[in-house]
Amino acid sequence: MMNCKTFALAATAVTLACSAAADTSDKRIALSNNYAGNSWRQAMLTSWETVTGPAVSEGIVAAADAFTTAENQATEQAAQIQNMILEGYDAIVLNAASPTALNGAVKEACDAGIVVVSFDGIVTEPCAYRIAVDFKEMGRKQVEYLAGRMPDGGNLLEIRGLAGVFVDDEIHAGITAGVAEFPQFTIAGSVNGDWAQDVAQRAVAGVLPSLPEIVGVVTQGGDGYGAAQAIAAAGRPTPVIVMGNRQDELKWWGEQRDANGYETMSLSIAPGVSTLAFWVAQQVLDGASVPQDLTVPFLEITQDGLDEGLASTPEGGVANVEYSLEDAKAVIAGAN
Amino acid sequence: MRPDLRILLPVLSLAVLLALVFWLQPRAMSYRGLNLLFNLAVPIALATVAQMIIIMVNDIDLSMGTFVSFVACVTATFVHDTPVIGYLMLAGAVLAYAAIGALIQARDLPAIVVTLGMSFVWAGLAVLVLPTPGGAAPEWLRTLMTARPPFVPMAVIAAALIALVGHLIVMRSSFGVLLRGLGGNEKSVAKAGWSPVLLRASAYGLAGLFAVLAGMTLVGLTTAADANIALRYTLLSIAGVILGGGEFTGGRVSPVGAVIGALTLTLAASFLSFLKLSSDWQIGAQGAILILVLAARLLFARRARA
Repeated sequence: MMNCKTFALAATAVTLACSAAADTSDKRIALSNNYAGNSWRQAMLTSWETVTGPAVSEGIVAAADAFTTAENQATEQAAQIQNMILEGYDAIVLNAASPTALNGAVKEACDAGIVVVSFDGIVTEPCAYRIAVDFKEMGRKQVEYLAGRMPDGGNLLEIRGLAGVFVDDEIHAGITAGVAEFPQFTIAGSVNGDWAQDVAQRAVAGVLPSLPEIVGVVTQGGDGYGAAQAIAAAGRPTPVIVMGNRQDELKWWGEQRDANGYETMSLSIAPGVSTLAFWVAQQVLDGASVPQDLTVPFLEITQDGLDEGLASTPEGGVANVEYSLEDAKAVIAGAN
Repeated sequence: MRPDLRILLPVLSLAVLLALVFWLQPRAMSYRGLNLLFNLAVPIALATVAQMIIIMVNDIDLSMGTFVSFVACVTATFVHDTPVIGYLMLAGAVLAYAAIGALIQARDLPAIVVTLGMSFVWAGLAVLVLPTPGGAAPEWLRTLMTARPPFVPMAVIAAALIALVGHLIVMRSSFGVLLRGLGGNEKSVAKAGWSPVLLRASAYGLAGLFAVLAGMTLVGLTTAADANIALRYTLLSIAGVILGGGEFTGGRVSPVGAVIGALTLTLAASFLSFLKLSSDWQIGAQGAILILVLAARLLFARRARA
């Protein structure tokens, strides 16, 4: 690959030719997925198909098969990983049902010389690579944005995710840190929206009567539209609600902007992170030096990018971005 | 069905599936391959034997999955950090199982309701012990479960050992005869002067012991636990007992069959995965395999009667 890089400066076409001739053309990569039952996971699987399909037909890798367990259970996924070892895959890309319960199977895979790259639902086994999202920063950033919009501060409503899940704890910790950094804000109330619009709407409607005036709503994604509906139904002025990249949220935001110039921001993890994991696995197989822990930036939609984000997000879906080999190299270089 | 026929069908189904898996994936036909195919079946086999003991006394245990999860959480935390307290907790869990059995017999309660209720208790306790996934496997357990004995893989040895111990206790000991008698004809056992409360309590206690071993071996394999780790075991263990030639009533069970049933279920999942069947179809296909085996059993039974 070294001599390819010098050519690549001259022409992009050469890069393609070089990657097609890379050492990974006979390597097979499998995706082990534990759940496919929501729009985010569906988008994740579609992205995997979109990016790995051409990669296989161009001969960059020999195969990139996606497997989803029939039930969302760690023991099922452990068995699935062991079957992949038996099938002789060279790398396993993994969205794990549990950060710890798959460690035994992951260790078996590593011992068999298989590269394991976990993303989104990461595993703690040291031999695996982890592509994590900085969920804490996702929480802190929301408060920072609100501080930019409203220097005087005020009361915030926090909508949390599913209680007891790692992601919920992390985003909440980030929001708490954000409020400590910008003390002009106080969290006046907190409800669990379970990352679902209908649950969030019910929870917000229930807590609203007991709350003082709210200037902002900090969220975790999948709950902004429900919050907006509940607040409108209560006849209160609409606060700045941070959105989470879901299509219904972006659509509502667009309508409000056109009607009264409403401004906010939207951020969430892109389901296409599965494709980043694919390229990272390919790079490891190619012999690149990759640190065990990588952080992927979250996908942010600003006021200016709203139309573009809305146009590219399918009805009922999630704003997405798919990663290329170059993006993966940039992420790896940034971490090295 | 005669006992030899009862065991013949499970053995046949396992052999057929194994042949199909070897044909699809020749790599499985090796020391390492067999270990990878079957090592996760070891805790399932233990849970299946535990469920079999409950079914043997005409009851059914809907808390098996959450109980094994709870044991896994205790093993990955207390048994690892403070072994004395950890083992005491596990012993307490076995006693609790015995107490549930005594309660069911003494108050004449339906086991299905009591164990369903207990499943929430165990699930709650598991979350209390280990609120976020983690913990670590005790060193000796990890060594035991990843041991590489010569010639025969650990998973196969363990399965054979579980079947043998189960067979000796349930089919060969006088204690086992009494327990099967409790399932077959409770009144006659009571008339012979045995306390049904004590017997049911010991059956549940024994099942609890096997379930504790299931949770411990599971942690030995996974290296860490999670409060939801073994939820599937409730239904897997019941299916394993029936697949292995057991019946829901009358104390007609087979420990060797139960272990083979657990292995067959695990193998069926691998077989479907090697077939590259879409996950949407896999649960249905697993069910179809189960129905196929049970249908074959009915045919066998009719022929044997004729």
